[in-house]
Amino acid sequence: MKMKHVLVAFMVLGLAFTMPAPAFSQAKSDTIRIGAFLPMTGGVAAYGQGSWQGIQAAREMKPTILGKKVELFLADDKSDKIEAANAVTRLVEKEKVIAIIGSSISGNTMAGAPIAEKAGVPIISPTATNPLVTQGKKYIFRVCFIDPFQGEMAAKYAFETLKKRKAALIIDKAQDYCVGLADFFEKSFTKLGGQIVAKTYCQTGDKDFTAQLSAIKAKNPDVLYMPNYYTEVALAMKQAKDLGLNLPVLSGDGAQDKALIDIGKQYVEGLMLTGHFEKEAASTPLAKKFIPLYEKKYGKVGTFDVMGADAYFVLADAIERAKSTDGAKIRAALASTKNFKGISGTMTIGEDGNAIKSLVIVQVRGGDFRYVATVEPAGAAPEPKKAAPKKK
Amino acid sequence: MELTFFLQQMINGVALGSLYGLIAIGYTMVYGIIRLINFAHGDVMMMGCYFAYFGILMFSLPWWASFAVALLLTAALGVLMDKGAYLPVRNAPRISALITAIGVSFLLENLGLVVFGGRPKGFETPDMFNEVYEVAGLMFPALVLWTPLLTLAILGIILLIIYRTKTGRAMRCISHDMETTKLMGVDVNRIISITFAVGSAAAAAGGIMWAMRYPEINPLMGIIPGFKAFVAAVLGGIGNITGAMLGGLLLGIAEILLVALMPELAGYRDAVAFGLLILILLFRPTGLMGTKLPD
Repeated sequence: MKMKHVLVAFMVLGLAFTMPAPAFSQAKSDTIRIGAFLPMTGGVAAYGQGSWQGIQAAREMKPTILGKKVELFLADDKSDKIEAANAVTRLVEKEKVIAIIGSSISGNTMAGAPIAEKAGVPIISPTATNPLVTQGKKYIFRVCFIDPFQGEMAAKYAFETLKKRKAALIIDKAQDYCVGLADFFEKSFTKLGGQIVAKTYCQTGDKDFTAQLSAIKAKNPDVLYMPNYYTEVALAMKQAKDLGLNLPVLSGDGAQDKALIDIGKQYVEGLMLTGHFEKEAASTPLAKKFIPLYEKKYGKVGTFDVMGADAYFVLADAIERAKSTDGAKIRAALASTKNFKGISGTMTIGEDGNAIKSLVIVQVRGGDFRYVATVEPAGAAPEPKKAAPKKK
Repeated sequence: MELTFFLQQMINGVALGSLYGLIAIGYTMVYGIIRLINFAHGDVMMMGCYFAYFGILMFSLPWWASFAVALLLTAALGVLMDKGAYLPVRNAPRISALITAIGVSFLLENLGLVVFGGRPKGFETPDMFNEVYEVAGLMFPALVLWTPLLTLAILGIILLIIYRTKTGRAMRCISHDMETTKLMGVDVNRIISITFAVGSAAAAAGGIMWAMRYPEINPLMGIIPGFKAFVAAVLGGIGNITGAMLGGLLLGIAEILLVALMPELAGYRDAVAFGLLILILLFRPTGLMGTKLPD
């Protein structure tokens, strides 16, 4: 694979030299140029595909900012950190965008962040939840909660609501997201009095988890926490059942894509996760307006679609409040976002770039994600509520 | 408990290893006959999975019919690949063919991305392959039993073709000396096309078994299994079909045992596989079952 990459790099380089220099973009552009770097292909393509649809639907709803037409530029980060850095460079240098939405996962966002930070172009991520993403960065923002919160809430849910005491973990060592989230879960769970009986590791792209699951089974835990991405969670849950490992599984926001159910089918029934959004719990006016519009064109709305749209709406709001396309002014406006009523809920973004907002507990039931409960940011342990009876 | 644990891990290892072996058989067969490392083998496997997927989903064929159609279509793809990409460089230096293979690999991957989309799809596994049998505390998923059987069957068929048919004799001749074979009046290009057809069908069979065990398919799914199969083929002695199967088994068991016995090192699983490749190339380049090359 490495050899292939080098080859491609040379070919691309060759092309770059033969192409005529791009025309200089006018200093006073008559459109608002917004970039997006998202994983459209590769291991976590479902997030990027969903968020990109969400962003496009959001632009259809709000096609102009400051009276100018919005132009979107998409760069595929291929679910890869190096490609993510390349994508941001391209958006900043070639497309001359004023702000960037992306990326879906923490590792890739972190890879792209320094480039935008240096250029003074704000990045707003739909779903990068690792705390390090915004730490020490001036121009990096997000519209999602962060992992210490969801890790703690998952631990509380496992300990207090499910009354589990012995947890096992599968951690993807290549993803900042998984390592961080597992760590926050472990800290909260042991603090509550629970015990981590098995800690196993995997690597992004692994398809076979039978070795880890057999080791977990031997330790006899009563709950499995697997804060990985949808493919890994789906495959591991199938293999767990094959190995006769029947126990409740908890996961993070990364599992909440319909690809999880496409891949895992009956095997992912019962999975519980901490997520950003679930349609059944959507209540803001923006959600009521956006969801029918989205579904008419793209089909059932998913979390990552909504988060992409929220990033767009928050950014549009900030640019309008800044009354400027200047990076520093947009940054200041983003950092003073107060009680913005997005689709996924009400959020406040601070100087640290993080959004303070609630999370939802979601369970896979009957081949679909179903709402279980909402947890407020400073709230107590989640109480299971009956799912809202309204259907569709 | 310890013994059960170990035996279960061995079962896991055989399950994974026989998949590697199955994919490696086609890989090594093509190499053995025309001395071309077909880098596109993993991507051909991916195409096989998509053919089977669409057969079941869009044309609502029963699974066995869909799998058969997928094998035939993939075989046809193999022939097309040979005629379109490898035939024009048949007499060029070997490195040209190798680079062409890398090109074909990229072509298939990106074609897949355009046609099928980057979003992963869930593979429909027929119910009979979803069964799990429990024997004395050990879990045997049906596929763990089916995959080695199928691998052996395909191994048998390919050995039969190579050693018991006229076409097979021509294949063996080509592997020794293509020019002389041509002089003997053998239609070399036809034989090579057949080789690609058989190799690709074997790749599709491997791919379908892979997709049933790990029911997620995407256009880039062939890359890693392709590389693992390559390691398995080298491990067993590239060009040696029985060796490829053994190499696959060994690699699968090694990977599983690494994760089972040293969970901390699970992240280095691929590194171990490729490290094994380097070691083999350094100390026993002909592999476990390979014979010394004549030249």
